[in-house]
Amino acid sequence: MTGDWDLAEECAQDAFAAALERWPRDGVPRRPGAWLTTTARNRALDRLRRGATEAAKLREGAALWPSDDPGDGDGDGDDGTVQDDRLRLIFTCCHPALPLEARVALTLRTLAGLTTAEIARALLASEPTMAKRLVRAKSKIRNAAIPYRVPRAHLLPERTGGVLAVLYLLFNEGYGATAGADLMRHDLCAEAIRLARALASLMPDEPEALGLLALMLLHHARRAARVDDAGDIVTLEDQDRALWDTTEIDEGLGLLDAALRQDRAGPYQLQASIAACHAGAADAADTDWARIAQLYGRLAPLVPSAVVELNRAVAVAMADGPAAGLELVQALEASGALAGYHLLPATRADLLRRLERHAEAAAGYREALELAGTEAERRYLTRRLAEATEQG
Amino acid sequence: MRYMILVCVDESVEVSPEESLPTAWVEEMDARGVRKLGSRLRPVSDATTVQVRGGEVLLSDGPFAETKEQIGGFDLLECEDLDEAIEVASKHPGAKFGTIEVRPLWED
Repeated sequence: MTGDWDLAEECAQDAFAAALERWPRDGVPRRPGAWLTTTARNRALDRLRRGATEAAKLREGAALWPSDDPGDGDGDGDDGTVQDDRLRLIFTCCHPALPLEARVALTLRTLAGLTTAEIARALLASEPTMAKRLVRAKSKIRNAAIPYRVPRAHLLPERTGGVLAVLYLLFNEGYGATAGADLMRHDLCAEAIRLARALASLMPDEPEALGLLALMLLHHARRAARVDDAGDIVTLEDQDRALWDTTEIDEGLGLLDAALRQDRAGPYQLQASIAACHAGAADAADTDWARIAQLYGRLAPLVPSAVVELNRAVAVAMADGPAAGLELVQALEASGALAGYHLLPATRADLLRRLERHAEAAAGYREALELAGTEAERRYLTRRLAEATEQG
Repeated sequence: MRYMILVCVDESVEVSPEESLPTAWVEEMDARGVRKLGSRLRPVSDATTVQVRGGEVLLSDGPFAETKEQIGGFDLLECEDLDEAIEVASKHPGAKFGTIEVRPLWED
């Protein structure tokens, strides 16, 4: 009977390992929810302990470092816990001494098991460039003795932030891809979500890991509504919310709840809370803009960025009227912080338009057009400029 | 694992001796056994650059590169790994107003 049970375990574990191989290529299944309960995660991890495929991958990764590290237990991948090895790998791949692009590439290679060619395509680089980048990163890890370990307690906060930043970067690379682009770019989101999920389960006491996963899911849920048939970006206020993925939203909201209950706020939880405000609104008019403005206000000291302040200005304008938002935008322009960033004059123009100051709005749209990046953005601004010129 | 740290500072910027001299750091790192040797260097006005080209010895006055920050001192460290070397370097007073390069020795 024990033999039969072992055989059943073998088969189930093969299925799990096969899924982990296939998902990066074929995309995450329609209902990944089944994977996502804690039970399923633990079951998967337990099975992976005995999974030859996973152990081999981890041995390959662990082979980058000398096996005489005293902190490594017996140094034998089979008996050490899979969870510990994955955690060590993530922190090592994301070590701040490695250049940022190398951290992203190495994470995809070592933790997601993507081939060099797949990574190159995903990150819009040539294969030789990517191969060189990976070789250099592995050399540096070896030559400079970057340690294979989870950082000591006093370093953990800043290093965890670094890991989360790499995963978020990965997600945004995929999220920015428009419909019809290389499928690999779409799969980057799925890969980032999968890695964030692994990190969240490996660090259950780190609410920011949960916050990041929630943020990714809440953004990802909107992907079908973000782009129209012409390939243009559809702004949040115009999106067909019926196209939003409610399963992902529900999961994201649940994770955010669990994170907030730990009562240690942080930037990813705050950004997820903002995304949750949008997710919870039946339509654009229904959105709790006052709360969003307040959340940006709490985010600003944690992420000192003029872009956060600009987003806050937009939220304030929605909550308290365009004149209030305009004051904040003008303060930003005076500071010179976002010079060259097209969304600054574009936002100013938008607020002036809502205040019916059309001639000034037109000037703002013109300024934004000179700085705008994509065709889709230029089309939008040109249209607004035409309207403003007509009115003014 | 051995590393050279190069303490790079902008010579034109005035820093008080209390802020810049690494006396306490040297004591601590010597006691820990991570610092093997090192020294402050004289300013670049005392430097001489040497090249041999076509069999000829070419000398020039000053540092090899005209950069704002120049090497003001060096130390040889022996550490567990890069994280320890980073920790040691970050405690050097020069890190507060200058830049410290941590470079592993080429040892096979």
